Amino acid sequence: MSITQIEIQLIAALVAAACALPGVFLVLRQMAMMSDAISHTVLLGIVLTFFVVGELGSPLLILGAAATGVLTVSLIELLNRTGLVKQDAAIGLVFPALFSIAVLLISRFVRGVHLDVDSVLLGELAFAPFDRFQYFGLDVPHATVTMSIILVINVLFIVLFYKELKLATFDPGLAAALGFSPALIHYALMTLVSVTAVGAFDAVGSILVVALVVTPAAAAYLLTDKLRVMLGTSVAIGIGSAIGGYWLARALDANIAGSMATVTGVIFLGVLLFSPHRGLIYIARRRVRQKWEFAQTMLTIHLLQHEGEPEAVLESRVDHLVEHIRWQPGYAEQVVRYAERKGTVRRQGGRLLLTDQGRNLAQDALVRT
Amino acid sequence: MNTIAELFNALLFDYTLRTVAMGAAVLGIVAGALGAFAMLRRQSLLGDAMSHAALPGVVLIFILTGVKSPIVLMLGAAIACGAGVLLIIAITRHTRIKEDASMGIILSVFFGFGLMWLTWLQRSGTAGQAGLNSFLFGQAATLLVADVIVMAAFGGVALLVMVIFWKEFKLLSFDRDFGAGLGYPMQGLDILITMLLVVAIVIGLQAVGVVLMSAMVVAPAVAARQWTNRLEHMVALSSVFGALAGVSGALISSLARGLSTGPLIVLCISAIVVFSLAFAPNRGLVWNAIQRRRRRHQFRDDRVLVSLYHMAQQHDTLSHPHSARAVQTMHMRPAEVHSSLQTLARRNLVEPVNGNQWALTPAGIAEAEKHL
Repeated sequence: MSITQIEIQLIAALVAAACALPGVFLVLRQMAMMSDAISHTVLLGIVLTFFVVGELGSPLLILGAAATGVLTVSLIELLNRTGLVKQDAAIGLVFPALFSIAVLLISRFVRGVHLDVDSVLLGELAFAPFDRFQYFGLDVPHATVTMSIILVINVLFIVLFYKELKLATFDPGLAAALGFSPALIHYALMTLVSVTAVGAFDAVGSILVVALVVTPAAAAYLLTDKLRVMLGTSVAIGIGSAIGGYWLARALDANIAGSMATVTGVIFLGVLLFSPHRGLIYIARRRVRQKWEFAQTMLTIHLLQHEGEPEAVLESRVDHLVEHIRWQPGYAEQVVRYAERKGTVRRQGGRLLLTDQGRNLAQDALVRT
Repeated sequence: MNTIAELFNALLFDYTLRTVAMGAAVLGIVAGALGAFAMLRRQSLLGDAMSHAALPGVVLIFILTGVKSPIVLMLGAAIACGAGVLLIIAITRHTRIKEDASMGIILSVFFGFGLMWLTWLQRSGTAGQAGLNSFLFGQAATLLVADVIVMAAFGGVALLVMVIFWKEFKLLSFDRDFGAGLGYPMQGLDILITMLLVVAIVIGLQAVGVVLMSAMVVAPAVAARQWTNRLEHMVALSSVFGALAGVSGALISSLARGLSTGPLIVLCISAIVVFSLAFAPNRGLVWNAIQRRRRRHQFRDDRVLVSLYHMAQQHDTLSHPHSARAVQTMHMRPAEVHSSLQTLARRNLVEPVNGNQWALTPAGIAEAEKHL
């Protein structure tokens, strides 16, 4: 691996880690689409600051962009609070409008400067290592430093305000009652998302910021119930996607950001299918198992009802189940076989008899109901 | 006035402008009508997610077929959109991930996946580049009359289906559980109306592009919602607003170079939304502020009238005059008493006596007694 390759992967991993942290809270607070809105309107902040400052490399651009992020959130809140517009519609109103203004400003007034909309929306990670900077005698890519700072800010914020964030996320009412302002936490979190989006869009483009913010966090959400673990898992999935995406992009000679998003999607799909307790396969298997368990319980209860009675001889025949519980003949046979395998029922001649285990199962079920 | 006349002239006789305006109008009508349902069902952002999700469909169908005709690309977009939206519904229904996150995932992952193949296509140099820019922002100027006819045909079918299932969709939007109770297949209807929205989005992509298509789904519906409480009026009005924004955006973009149509259409519809939020009767902010102010003044006038009545009760006749200063002592905001007295005098409920004194008229006494 050349030094450039390592640098690209390092930047990608930093971006992914920085995005994955606030993403956890966005997913838990059901505000994932806010990242979409912010990552679009950040463009307006960049354009406006560019008009004032006159150059693209200035760190003021990050401040300007972060300010538009907060402006976006405030406008959405404002619209929401009028009571005339629901939150989802408010998001859908604000960001296209601000984004349109930015696009118009660029196409009308910005010429001959490298500020085309494509690079903002899509990013080009492959060029990031060429934008270098001297820091205390170290020659490092600009993006490494920016993203490291942003990552540190994110980590510090979450570590310092972990308790507040957790409380405000899971029980906003209690948080408010205890005196933590939910609005303050909301805006702080959104500022964090804005800053992260600005730092990240440079490398991966604004639309794919959404992939790195939402997808790892959502995948982590399917894997754990603990906030700490979710944060860690989310970061790990993010970094994994970043590195995996880089190599996929190399193999295809395609856009790195797009490949990273694709890998987050593949990982999410894997988790969605195979997660130990919340995956679709687990859920489907549990459903099938529950169906058989239920049928078996019904069978044992039926047998228990008639046990020791004169009509037991008739009631406990397999073909009688068809009539009595209205099972299809084939299904009844399958249920009996399942119950035999589980050792709750045994056959004697044409009759079904409960084992001790089966009797316990039926009695338990009757007590429970 | 002259420019306006020129604009209308151009609208009628300039081929490009006329085509663009017609396309934008068709798009506005279809997206406006179907967006109204999306907004009522709190799925405004679905349009945004779906329009992004269309990218891999467009790219992959081009890679597979090598054909660049709009209909083929639209088909690809529709397939990807449909797949994306079904995944969103499935993830939301079967896992604990909420709708916002599942939309975010599908939007960004599909888009990234499409982008990956698009850059692969561009670098491997296969034939013409499908043009990401036009996908993102639309290329209204390249619309042909044939394209507009295709848009109108698909959009018309979508609207027709909407009208046929009007009652069911209304039920779905307002009381899903009741509909399920009546035995309607609500899940199927849900998917059907979402697929209609897919049609609206796909026909709009070429004209205004991905990023701005979401606005065409949300904004006309939000504006229309402010003016009416009836679904049929809202859907119609939403269509009208969408078409209006489409045509005016196209017209404005023809005024100067470097003004792209898509963003201008979005700004036009945003202006309509702001106007509606401010001035719509009964719901608008300004309207409500005026109503509140009027009620407050009315209440104050009534209080002044009653004060005069109470004071006069201490004397032998109810028309006994009192000075404005005396009335002021009975009110929290003495400074406003004068303007109330003026208003009451205009309504002939009080009359000035001996210069600076005020007395109730017989009509004023009757009015005051109503408030006691």
